[in-house]
Parts: sequence; structure tokens; C-alpha cells
Amino acid sequence: MSAVEDTTAELQAVADRVIDQAGSGEQIEAFVSRGGETEIRVYQGDVEHFVSAQAEGIGIRVIRDGRTGFAYAGTLDEAAVAEVLAEARSNVEFGTVDEFAGLAEPDGVEPTEQTLWNDTLAEYETDRKIDIAKKLEKLSSGLDPRVRVDDSNYADAWGETAVASTRGIRQSGRENGCYVSVSTLADDGEGDDAETQSGFGFSVGKSPDEFDLDRAAREASERATCLLGATKPASKRVTVVLDPFVTAQFLGVISSTLNGEAVVKGRSLFADRVGDQVAASGVTFVDDPTNPQAYTSTDVDGEGLAARRNVLIEDGVLKQFVHNSYSARRAGAASTGNATRGGFAGTPGVGCLALSLVPGERSQAEIVAGIDDGLLVQQMQGLHSGVNPVSGDFSTGAAGLLITNGEIGAPVREFTIASTLQKMLLDIAEVGGDIDWLPMRAAGMSLVIHDITMSGN
Amino acid sequence: MIDQDVLERVLAGATSTGADFAEVYAEDKRSTSAGLDDGRIEQVTSGRDRGAGVRVISGETTGFAYTSDLTEDGLNVAASAAAAAARQGGGGVKTVGLTRAAAHRPNAIVHQPDAIEKAAKVDLLTRMNEAARSYGPEIVQVSAGYGDSTKRVLVANTDGVLADDEIVRTLLRINAVANGDGGMQTGYQSMGHTVGFEIFDTVDVEEMAREAARQAITKLAARPAPSGEMPVVIKHGTGGVLFHEACGHGLEADHIQKGASVYAGKVGKQVANPMVTLVDDGTMPGEWGTLGIDDEGQRTQRNVLIEDGILTDYMWDFLRSRKDGRPQSGNGRRQSYQHLPMVRMTNTFVMNGPDDADDIVASTPKGVYVAKLGGGSVNTASGDFVFGMTEAYLIEDGKITEPLRDGNLIGNGPKVLQDIDMLADDFAMGSPGTCGKDGQGVPVGDGQPTLRVKALTVGGTAS
Repeated sequence: MSAVEDTTAELQAVADRVIDQAGSGEQIEAFVSRGGETEIRVYQGDVEHFVSAQAEGIGIRVIRDGRTGFAYAGTLDEAAVAEVLAEARSNVEFGTVDEFAGLAEPDGVEPTEQTLWNDTLAEYETDRKIDIAKKLEKLSSGLDPRVRVDDSNYADAWGETAVASTRGIRQSGRENGCYVSVSTLADDGEGDDAETQSGFGFSVGKSPDEFDLDRAAREASERATCLLGATKPASKRVTVVLDPFVTAQFLGVISSTLNGEAVVKGRSLFADRVGDQVAASGVTFVDDPTNPQAYTSTDVDGEGLAARRNVLIEDGVLKQFVHNSYSARRAGAASTGNATRGGFAGTPGVGCLALSLVPGERSQAEIVAGIDDGLLVQQMQGLHSGVNPVSGDFSTGAAGLLITNGEIGAPVREFTIASTLQKMLLDIAEVGGDIDWLPMRAAGMSLVIHDITMSGN
Repeated sequence: MIDQDVLERVLAGATSTGADFAEVYAEDKRSTSAGLDDGRIEQVTSGRDRGAGVRVISGETTGFAYTSDLTEDGLNVAASAAAAAARQGGGGVKTVGLTRAAAHRPNAIVHQPDAIEKAAKVDLLTRMNEAARSYGPEIVQVSAGYGDSTKRVLVANTDGVLADDEIVRTLLRINAVANGDGGMQTGYQSMGHTVGFEIFDTVDVEEMAREAARQAITKLAARPAPSGEMPVVIKHGTGGVLFHEACGHGLEADHIQKGASVYAGKVGKQVANPMVTLVDDGTMPGEWGTLGIDDEGQRTQRNVLIEDGILTDYMWDFLRSRKDGRPQSGNGRRQSYQHLPMVRMTNTFVMNGPDDADDIVASTPKGVYVAKLGGGSVNTASGDFVFGMTEAYLIEDGKITEPLRDGNLIGNGPKVLQDIDMLADDFAMGSPGTCGKDGQGVPVGDGQPTLRVKALTVGGTAS
């Protein structure tokens, strides 16, 4: 794999050369990245596709007299870089003067040392990657005769970034990671009664040696088969237990309400609520990208400041929001090291980097045993269409299993679960001890929430 | 972008170790975007994306690599990587002769975005901000965005295809936040077309802004949506996403061939109410999902998928049509040169029916009227799909009454198609959409007349 060669110094030099051209009264930030990916999809024992490629690019931000301009290009070609700088400078004149505009300034916080690069992965042979995807497909289809595999995938990616600014930010680094995923279909019945349900499983690792293929296969098989025969439930109010994967999705929604940019722009439910009880007592939200367990753990944020541990809600009381340098300046606060960056083609945003609830003690089985009438939610559908993080309205499609007298019962699907985000946080009854770091910016664990409206028949 | 003889040599090289197909897809895209938020033009962004993806197919295996280096050397490196990934055994020398297809554009572009001053683009946002804020004192926040792009694409393959296209897109969106006693509410409007800046000769941007403000303010008085199954009336030009999710994805041939769609094996069968005719048409002038050629070099076309309720055909790309031994339908699309093409929709819509829109509401004693839909998603295997309502009202005694808070609706595709019991004659296209599939987003359009589904589950909290 070509990525074994570390070229971050070269990227840093490109960024340095750009900011050296700053004129007086001009702030410049250059973000340079290079990355590559391998993606292998296996179907019925053969490679369906194999993608292997790398790309690079640069984004340049220029600030002058309180106005910001930005430009990017998907190449590091010298002439193109010069053009990007010229475009960014030209775009400055169209920005509105903003007294808070500015780049991040070094704040003296030292980044937590992290191991983000894995040589085993970088040197892993292609044939073995293909074998992993084939093995996962075989395992997933072999556990239950009703299950077939829609696709089985291996993917890895590596990235190198360098950022430099006239404010004295100078950071570079590289990271890599890999995962496998499998989509399954379970069939049952014949003719008009034929039905198909789908499932998925995955495993992530710093290197392929860390994959748990058996668990991925088992979960993919069970997720599909457990919904066979599912019916549409009657509408009622219930206590729900969210599966860890579903909880992680829910935390992703909550994170947008704790976003400092949304707060300073008057779009957060929780603006002016610092110090208030916004969640049930005992509930603590922590954003901690310095935790090496987190899939999105990192040493620095998108502006080159040290990533850090921030407690956002403690024992149900709202403590603070997450900020990048801009939202912090406007809020009269300091950056919490929460600048996000989607790549060279965009400017930094604000967001949680690795959000989690402080886990409780009990397993999902123990939790379910204590519920008389409830619902175990295994899938949520339509979070992007049915949740309004500004008003707080929450409504999503769902599928799962009924809980009756402490026992898991019949599967149900084609219904919605609804409440409001404000109410759901206050209705949290228990946080499970089964924390699982998933391939997203949030952790999952079983989560019990009271008084959810289930809409079906 | 790339000379024909270079393409011929690269394609010949890509298949020299025995692959049965190779393709070069090159793109050069320039874009400008501007964002306004909190009363300020936050920034204007200029972007340049340029590169090529090389696809090599051997039997059932596809190898793919991409590069931002469009020189012959750069293309050859990508071609070798793709060929190695396709892992074919044999060898042989192939010659590739390309025939350039005549350029074909569904509509002319009057004002290329590059020829328009950035100040004129920024001015649209300032005007929208002012219009939304002056609509009512309840409006406390406005964000707006403008974007344009000009993308030149070139596709060449070993079947001799050589085709190019230039796609111009112009997009405008606005989000307004209103504040009242019961908290905040949002309103949203967007428009997007495959035309140049001349679109603003006909689009009233202030009216768009006032519409977003009106939605947000209206919802301040909204009550929680009901919970449970009931008739749902969907306003024309807002609910195409219903069909996109309820059956569009399920009619993509890749899902069909893998037996991952509820519509597999249903061609020739009655799958919808006989009033329903569903079309996917990539040729509609100016629409958001319109293309001259698809991303495999195939001319886009008008494909009738469901005719009078009977399933007539699926949508096809190169790989899936080759496997089934049938023509492509112009539905092979990809997000960029860094992505593999797959079967995708273009502009998907339901044609007019026999009913009058007012009669549909009047003949509904109790239900929900959806005036604006948000996004949606579908599980093609089970057919269960959801879509969001971002402006909706109760229907009581045949009249539209109180506004409702946001929520999702859920249904099962095959059942909902049969449950469409009224279809009006007031067809309109909807807002621009981005369809996500397998991690790739592509621009799509949709449209439909006012219609009624006799039973859908509304996911509110009120009994």
C-alpha cells in the first residue's frame, strides 16, 4: 500500500507556502489533505467491485477587514493552488463585515497523544482483504437457512492532513482505519404471503485483525430474521428500550441541539438554558474525542486546536455547549476544540466529535426483564425527515420487538415513535451499561425512555 | 478535456490483460456558492473538482480507480489499477475505435453562471433575508444559500461510446425560524434547475422568502400531529418523494436482480391503482434531475415504469442491462468521478388523474392535508418507507383546518400504491432533491398532482 510513506511534511510545506504569501492585514488559513481508500464488495463468493484510489486537495480561507472568503480545488498542482488563493482573496470582498470573523488562535492546550496510524493496516495485503469480505459473506449466510446476503463489504481509508495559519496554527497528522459491513435479507412465506426483511452487521478496527466477523454475521442474521412475521402494532404510549445502534443515532440528533453555532444564531432549543435541568437526573452527556475507544477519536480538531473532553450535561443539568473559535468568540467563551471539517472543500463547522452518555450498570437483558409493557426499538427510519432539532419535534419510523411482562415478544414494524427532544431527555429512565463505540460520532448503549407515542393501527 | 486518441490508447491498455469492458469518465466542475446566515453574507466559496474515474469489467467483477491527473500518464496509472482490481486472467491486444456522439442538451443555457458577477448572486440572498424578516416580527432568524455549478463530463468506453455533456445547475434555498410562546418553528423553500442565471428572470426570490416565513409563522400555532392510520391528501408538486420512496427505489434493476425489492417479478402485474402512471424522465428541459447523457454516456430518455397501474419496466444501467441482455434506459448515474455508477432515478413523477383537487379535500371527512413534504427513505426489501411532513393541516368535515407540527408518515410501498384512491388533474413538479443511495448523492426531481392515500400512518403524538 503506497500510504506507508508518510507525506505529511510535504503537505505541511504546501500549507506553509500559502500562508507565507499573506499581505498586511490579511489572515490566511490553508488546509491540505491527501487520502486514499480501498473498497471491496463481494457477492455470492465473487468480487463484485474493487475500488482503489487516492485524491488530494486544498482549501484556503482568507479574512481581511472582518470579511471572509474561501476557495478549494481537488488538486495540489502548483498553478491550481495559486488560483485557489486568488479566488479566496477575490471572494473576500463579497462577505459582510463581521467583528467576530477570525481564525483560531493557539490556546496552549496540548493535544492528547493518540495512536491514529496503524502500520498493520497500511501494509495489509489486498488478497487478505478480499478473503475477509468473502468470509463475512459466508458466515452471515450460514447461520440460518432463511438468510441470504445482499452484499458483504470490506473498506479501509487513510488520510493525511496539514493545516497552517497566519495566527500560528501549524498541525499535521495522518490516520487510517477500516471496517467490514454486511447487508442481509431474510425470506419467509410463499406467494402472496412471501416477505423479506433486511438486516445489517458490521465491525470496525484499527486493523483487520481486530474485526469480530462472527459477531457481525450473527447480528446481521438476527436483525433480519427477528423481524420476519412482524405486524403493524396498535397505537399506544409505551416505554421504549433503544438498541445501542439506535441510541447512537439519537445522540447524533441531540448533539445538534448542543451546538454552539446553533446557540449563538438562535437555533437551539437549549439557548439560555445553561444551569437548568434539561435531562433526567443521573443522565450525563460527555463529548470526548480523546477517548481512544471512540471511533472518531482524534488529537486535534478541524482548526488545529487540541481536541478535549467536555461535559455538556451533568446529572441532567446543562453545563455548556460545544464551540469552534468563531462561535466561541461570539458567545464570549473559549473554543472547546469542537471545530469539524468535512475535508478540504469546506470551512470549519461546529459539532460534537465523540458524544456519549456515561453508561449505567445493567445489561439489556436485565433492563428488559424489568419492563411490563414496552418496545425494544431495533431500527429507526427517517431521522433526517421527521426530526426538527429547532422545534424539538421527534417522529421516526421504527421496527422492533414488543416487551411484555419482562419478556421479549412479537416483532412489529411499519409504525412510528414520536415525542419531543425536550421531553425525551427528561423521560430517560435508565442508561444501559452495554456501551458500544460504533462507526459514527456517538457511542451507543441501551437507553430506556418513558412515554413515547407509538403510532400504528 | 482529453484527446480522442489518448482515450483510445488508455482504453486499449485497460483491456490489454483480458478484461471485457473498460470506461473512462472524466469531469471538470467549477462551482460557486454563497451563504447568508444571521444577517451576514458569511462567505462566498469557489470550487474546482476535476478528475477521471476508470472502470474495468471482467465477467462479474468491476475494478475501479480514479485520479485528479488527466494526462495520459495519470489516466494510465488509474487504468492499470482498475484492471489489476478486476483481476482477469488472459491477455491480448485490443484496438478501440471511438465514435463521438453528437452533443445533446435538453435545454439551452442563456446566462452561464461564470459570466455573472458574484455580487449579483450575493444580492439574491440579501433580498431574501430582507423579505423574510419583513414578513412578520415573529421571524427571528434566516439562513439562505445560493449555489451554481458548471460540470463538463466526458464518457468513453470500449464499446465505442464517446459522448460529452455540460450540465449547468442553479440552486437557491432559504430557511426561516419563527419564535412564539410555544417555542421555535421553521419554514423552508428551495428551487433548483438545470438552467443558468436566467432562472431569476422568472423566479420571484422575495416570494420564496415570504413563503418560508409564512410556513414558520403558521406553525407557531400548530398542534401536535395525530397518531395512527388515516386518509392523507398530498398537495400537488410537494409529494413526488412519496413515489420516489414507495416504489422508485424498488424499481431500480440492481435491487431487482439481487431479489432485494418487493417489485421483483411483478412486470405486467397490477401494482398500483389503475389511475396511476409513473414516469422517470431525464429529458425534461430545465428540471433538477435532467441530463443530456447519463454518467455512462447513454442518452437519457423518458421511461414509463407504471402505466395505468400495471408495472411496465424497471430502470437500468450498463451492468444490469448487460446481465439481462436488454437496452440501457439512461439511468446509470454517479455522484462524481470518484464514484462507481449505479442505477438511479432522474425526474420521477406521477401523471394527472381524473379528479379535482378541491373535491379531494371536500370528500375527506377526517384526515391530514400535507402541503409540504420533507425527505424520506425506504427499505426496498420490505417496502416500508417514511417521509416527513414539514407543513401539514388537519382535514375536518372536508375542510382544511388547524396546522400540525412536523412528523413522519410511514407506509408500505405496494400497499400505498393500491391505496391511492383519488388523483387530481393539477400536476406540478416539486422542489429539487438529493437522492442518497449506497453513500452517493445525486440530484433528482419529482412531481405529482394532488392525491389522496386512503390510509397512511401519521406519526404524531395526539390521539
